[in-house]
Amino acid sequence: MSRIGVFVCHCGENIGGTVDCAKVAQAAGQLRGVVHSVDYKYMCSDPGQSILKDAIREKKLDGVVVAACSPRMHEPTFRRAAEEAGLNAFQCEMANVREHCSWVHEKGEATTAKAIDLVRIQVEKVKRDAPLHPIKVPISKTALVLGGGIAGIQAALDIANTGHEVILVEKAPSIGGHMSQLSETFPTLDCSQCILTPRMVEVARHPKITLYTYSELEKLDGFIGNFKATIRRKARKIDEKACNGCGVCTQKCPQKKIPDEFNEGLSMRRAIYVPFPQAVPNKPVIDTANCTYFKTGKCKACEKLCANGAIRFDQEDELIVREVGAVVVATGYKTMKVDRFPEYGYGQYPDVIDGMKFERLASASGPTAGAIQRPSDGKAPQTVVFIACAGSRDEQKHVAYCSKICCMYTAKHAMLYKHKVHGGKAYVFYMDVRAAGKSYDEFVRRAVEDDGVKYVRGRVSRVYQDGGQLVVKGVDTLLGGEPLEIRADLVVLATAVQAQEGSEELAQKLHVSYDKYRFFAEAHPKLRPVETNTAGIFLAGACQAPRDIPESVAQASGAAVKVAALFSQPELTREPIVAVVDRQPPPVFSNCVGCLLCKSACPYQAIDQETIKARNGDPIKTVARVNPGLCQGCGTCVATCRTKAIDLQGFSNEQIFAEVMAI
Amino acid sequence: MKIGYYPGCSLLGSSRDFGESVVAVARALEVELVDVPDWNCCGASSAHAMDHLLSVALPASVLASAARAGLTEVVAPCASCFNRLASARHAIQKDPALRKQVEQVLDVPAGSLATLAEKVRILNVIDLLQRCSDRIAAKVTQPFARAVACYYGCLLVRPGEVVGADRVEDPVSMDVLVEKAGGKPVAWSFKTECCGAALSIPNTPLVGKLGARIVEDAAARQAEAIVVACPMCHSNLDMRRGAIDDARGKKSGLPVLFITQVVGLALGLPPSELGLERHFVPVNLSRPAAPVA
Repeated sequence: MSRIGVFVCHCGENIGGTVDCAKVAQAAGQLRGVVHSVDYKYMCSDPGQSILKDAIREKKLDGVVVAACSPRMHEPTFRRAAEEAGLNAFQCEMANVREHCSWVHEKGEATTAKAIDLVRIQVEKVKRDAPLHPIKVPISKTALVLGGGIAGIQAALDIANTGHEVILVEKAPSIGGHMSQLSETFPTLDCSQCILTPRMVEVARHPKITLYTYSELEKLDGFIGNFKATIRRKARKIDEKACNGCGVCTQKCPQKKIPDEFNEGLSMRRAIYVPFPQAVPNKPVIDTANCTYFKTGKCKACEKLCANGAIRFDQEDELIVREVGAVVVATGYKTMKVDRFPEYGYGQYPDVIDGMKFERLASASGPTAGAIQRPSDGKAPQTVVFIACAGSRDEQKHVAYCSKICCMYTAKHAMLYKHKVHGGKAYVFYMDVRAAGKSYDEFVRRAVEDDGVKYVRGRVSRVYQDGGQLVVKGVDTLLGGEPLEIRADLVVLATAVQAQEGSEELAQKLHVSYDKYRFFAEAHPKLRPVETNTAGIFLAGACQAPRDIPESVAQASGAAVKVAALFSQPELTREPIVAVVDRQPPPVFSNCVGCLLCKSACPYQAIDQETIKARNGDPIKTVARVNPGLCQGCGTCVATCRTKAIDLQGFSNEQIFAEVMAI
Repeated sequence: MKIGYYPGCSLLGSSRDFGESVVAVARALEVELVDVPDWNCCGASSAHAMDHLLSVALPASVLASAARAGLTEVVAPCASCFNRLASARHAIQKDPALRKQVEQVLDVPAGSLATLAEKVRILNVIDLLQRCSDRIAAKVTQPFARAVACYYGCLLVRPGEVVGADRVEDPVSMDVLVEKAGGKPVAWSFKTECCGAALSIPNTPLVGKLGARIVEDAAARQAEAIVVACPMCHSNLDMRRGAIDDARGKKSGLPVLFITQVVGLALGLPPSELGLERHFVPVNLSRPAAPVA
């Protein structure tokens, strides 16, 4: 006969205001096996926990049900309390009478009756709870950081500085990300590369960081503390050890008409190239899609000219497998392309450009050496119109959210333009200016007041070409809705920030969730912003939502602390909610017939087979075996098993049936 | 192919040229046009400006007549008629409360309008010609080898979710048809800009000013004609050419053709059957076609 205690929490008015808690406690006291039943205002408080502990000791309880909030909130609290009083933690269960009852129903008899039902269900479960013990697993204390932009760089450095190994994987030939393309940064107007490149060099030199550029994650197996990452190192067609980065090949390659990605197509590059002068590593890569040798079988100019014989036309992709304990995802973002805007010319007008192109025009390392020249004819534009919220906050463009960074960089662009073209006119069309950050609003005011940028509150309905100019048709909603037409020489669209290309596939590889805009989902929007719902995988930077540099860096450091905290433990403790295969004394040995359907059903490759042997070593029976280190307790195998030979500890078939029958 | 035909008031009055060319081209393309029996006014601009229920009930009555006659598709060549019929159909599908009201007004069984809105589709003249585009390409005898500016205006493309236009901001459906007829559509900036619409009557100078920009850009792109599929666009660019010329300060002989007239000419139909002589700006086809690049 069980000796079960039931503790009903009022949660102040949260539960007590809707459910008659005293009545629930009284009804619970009538249930078979319940020997103790009370209600209390705040069970999670210290006195509340003491009530629980004292009752376990005094009444010699062998099971406890706390009827309170969601187990996601306070299950650890009550399990710890039960354990302190000498009960096995897994013999403490929670009946969720808050989220599942009081918060979603009106006050009344039926609501109280439902709360009693919920308690009865858990009483039936706890009666069948066996004592369980946490599983200990070792940790591989190496972190994998995906993405070598500012967020990934910061996370890698912070983790490496705690003394742990880091593998930094970047898909492009160099680390640096979008930040390396920017001209100046808001709100201080300091040069982006000047503050970024020291960090890039630090990454390259750090003894604890292994850098894989031009590489991508192929596959991730395993679980927290014990991931196995397969990384594809794409063939650079260069022997990185032999190459000394002299640059002769990149100057002599005859194929020189390839739009330069780093300069957003505003200049041309060769087929063998280093993306930008401060690239890390400063080793070239052959773009095989455009290389004359790879297209026609002739040329090999680079090979002939390379003094060190570093060109390797026959180099193949390489797969590297590394064991890692944690993953930081910092894969960044992309921006909506100008060709998504039919109303602004469908990307057909050369002088309608996006913000990143403007960054390259304004950058000292850019194709114009920092002179603002419009793409069509290279003239300095006398009138520039900046359009904020191009695509953002626009359901028609399937982007309902605010891209967050555009108000600030548009103010910066307008300012840079005014600093470089003194007599020029700059207009900014905006919905509202969102400059909520340290020194941000002051920065925007500076653009308006000191630099004379004309801010027009309204939208632009159309941009069209007329002669050598662009006609911008908009409305000034602060001047009584006056339609406005501006003849401009250059139009800059602050296009929406969107989830990185391929983020859906990456999320599936990592088993992390993503939102409807394909940004990776954090575990809790307020309290767990750098964690994902998959243990051991953390987020940093704009792969989670649009972010500026300070936020990306802060989040990266946050993720790094989470990794360091994980690595500070000698081993990992996991909940013992795992599947087990039935074992019995002879002559049955096990109900398992060894069909291994469960093996193919398991999403975590946690099931293999084992042979039960007699004392003399003769095989008796082949059965399934669950690796408790890999099992995630999803229960798919339990549903698949034809002979009911697999069960889930803590959620056994018997318990589930008993719960259902209790309703 | 048998399709219901809803001429509306324009095609029998101010835009007889459009009506004549629709009928002639349909015959040439072996499309049988069947008048919707006992059709009534679509409500035009007036009804939906004054009474929402009336603006849905009038076109709904047309839909009901078409359904009774066993028609599953109705072509409404006038862009305004098309827009009203399509809007009413959309409203019936999306707003059950309004649909019930309309059913009471029309004295039809409850729920019947929902069924027939599912059943009867509304086509504009571009939809109809698109459906026959292979036949057009096959039957072209005198390619309309001229550079033209296709002008869509507003009613054929907006609101996007009601009319289901190809690309609301930059439609190309008419350009594709012109190419089938052997013409060369130019890329220009005023495909969907406002022609001034009904302000033609209360504020003619404004229509002149708006039309001037359209004609100006089309001329600047070396278009030899503007092609339209809307009687309103046509009259504002053709009948109001005087006001346009006043606004521009110069005269322009750039003709405005209906897409059906362009297709009809390409199919070798005589200009008189296509109503070409009814235009205010003469369509001078004796001029040799400019070489098409």
